Amino acid sequence: MAAVFREEAGRLTAALVRSLGNFDLAEECVQDALVSALEHWPREGIPPNPGAWLMTTARRKGIDRLRRESRYQEKLAQLEEAPVSTRSAFPDDRLDLIFTCCHPALAREAQVALTLRSVAGLTTPEIARAFLVPEATVAQRLVRAKRKIVDARIPFRMPEREELAERLGEVLAVLYLMFNEGYLATGPRGAHDRDLAREAEWLVGLLASLMPGEPEVLGLQALMRFNLARADARFDAQGRMILLRDQDRAKWDRRMIDDTFAIVGRFLTMARPGPYQLQALIAGAHADAKTWEATRWPDILRSYDALLALSDSPIIRLNRAIAVWHTIGAEQAYVELFPLAEQLDRYHLFHATRGELLRALGRPDEARDADRRALELTENPAERALLQARLG
Amino acid sequence: MTQYVLMFVGSDEWRETSSKEEIARGYAAIGKWWDELSANGVLKGGEELAKGPGTATTVRRVNGQMKVFDGPFIESKEQVGGFAMIEAPDLDEAIAIAKSWPGGDVEVRPIVVH
Repeated sequence: MAAVFREEAGRLTAALVRSLGNFDLAEECVQDALVSALEHWPREGIPPNPGAWLMTTARRKGIDRLRRESRYQEKLAQLEEAPVSTRSAFPDDRLDLIFTCCHPALAREAQVALTLRSVAGLTTPEIARAFLVPEATVAQRLVRAKRKIVDARIPFRMPEREELAERLGEVLAVLYLMFNEGYLATGPRGAHDRDLAREAEWLVGLLASLMPGEPEVLGLQALMRFNLARADARFDAQGRMILLRDQDRAKWDRRMIDDTFAIVGRFLTMARPGPYQLQALIAGAHADAKTWEATRWPDILRSYDALLALSDSPIIRLNRAIAVWHTIGAEQAYVELFPLAEQLDRYHLFHATRGELLRALGRPDEARDADRRALELTENPAERALLQARLG
Repeated sequence: MTQYVLMFVGSDEWRETSSKEEIARGYAAIGKWWDELSANGVLKGGEELAKGPGTATTVRRVNGQMKVFDGPFIESKEQVGGFAMIEAPDLDEAIAIAKSWPGGDVEVRPIVVH
């Protein structure tokens, strides 16, 4: 049922926003329909055409809601006249929906919550659990965002050509944040919780199918898939994090990795490099290595150099230093960390990396100080366990 | 069509650090922006506010009584220095107009229709 919801919720919301011209109302109707499906389908089975069932139900809910408000007589007529839609009968307006949910006039958390809810069909409690925040917080974010869409007239459409690059960047940033939130999960999750990383991967796949000519979309899709392919090897049976070098590579999803290289092939032929594509190349180089020792570090270093040329940031420099370590040596890598000390002083991975380098350089006392500092700065239980093990 | 108010926000510092010519050029650019948008029928009105928050007076309701205070509602280096009323089909269009403003920052607010 989750898969059906995910496939249909966005289509329904998009179609209803289009016909009603009211984002808030459309979204409420779809949620009503999904709740109704949750009541009926487990008893009666999933209907043969779930999309049409949901659409009919959403429209009926919409009519109920509109009847209560006399101002909407005109809209009501529109809704009643619209033909009963089946999957093929209404156009896929999800692209407009995605761009509306990720409009830059909305705050980042609101963009994420709204995209999960409207495009992927997650319920408010599901979003709250995924982010480990109270349900009321998510509900309030959603209400505020939907009100702003209506009151400030955020348009329901794709941005114009000259705005497209910037706005697509905004959408990708939302999906990237969603993925990281799931992938670096900072707390325990129940078996029934929706995995944000997989939701983000599904969404970027949807985006790639709707915008096949955008290499950065494919880049982000490949980046997410290379990481997901290694997901099973990232934790041991006790839930402890296993670093890349120590992972059992037999547990990697080889088929997913191979499929993802086909995506890499597609964006490479477009010859329009961008930050997500370069990060995908780096993740791909790791996924491709049969052993840690076989990692093609010079390729990785080259990708980091290209990444720096596109967008210089201390985090990229920190990651690049690891590639420098394995290509040139620990001493050179340590030298390159120095200028980052001030900007990254509050970033735990800066100190964790410094600790590793100091240990490689035979300076164990300083390494322990660095690890201790890293431990102070992270709340993530898996990372804390790893650092504590290192400190002995 | 929706009406929006653009509130032009900035500090007065640029006046002190700019030459007379630069200030004149700045005003000329703003004049051109204003004239073009008025001619298009997009700009419905607006004004520049008297220089600096030093001219502002705030009337606050304190314990049910209206009291008068010297200064702007919120003390900050950045202040609203002017406003314009525009008409646009949606927020994207209003944002595009705000981006074309030759001055400083712009807050975009939709107007409520009763």
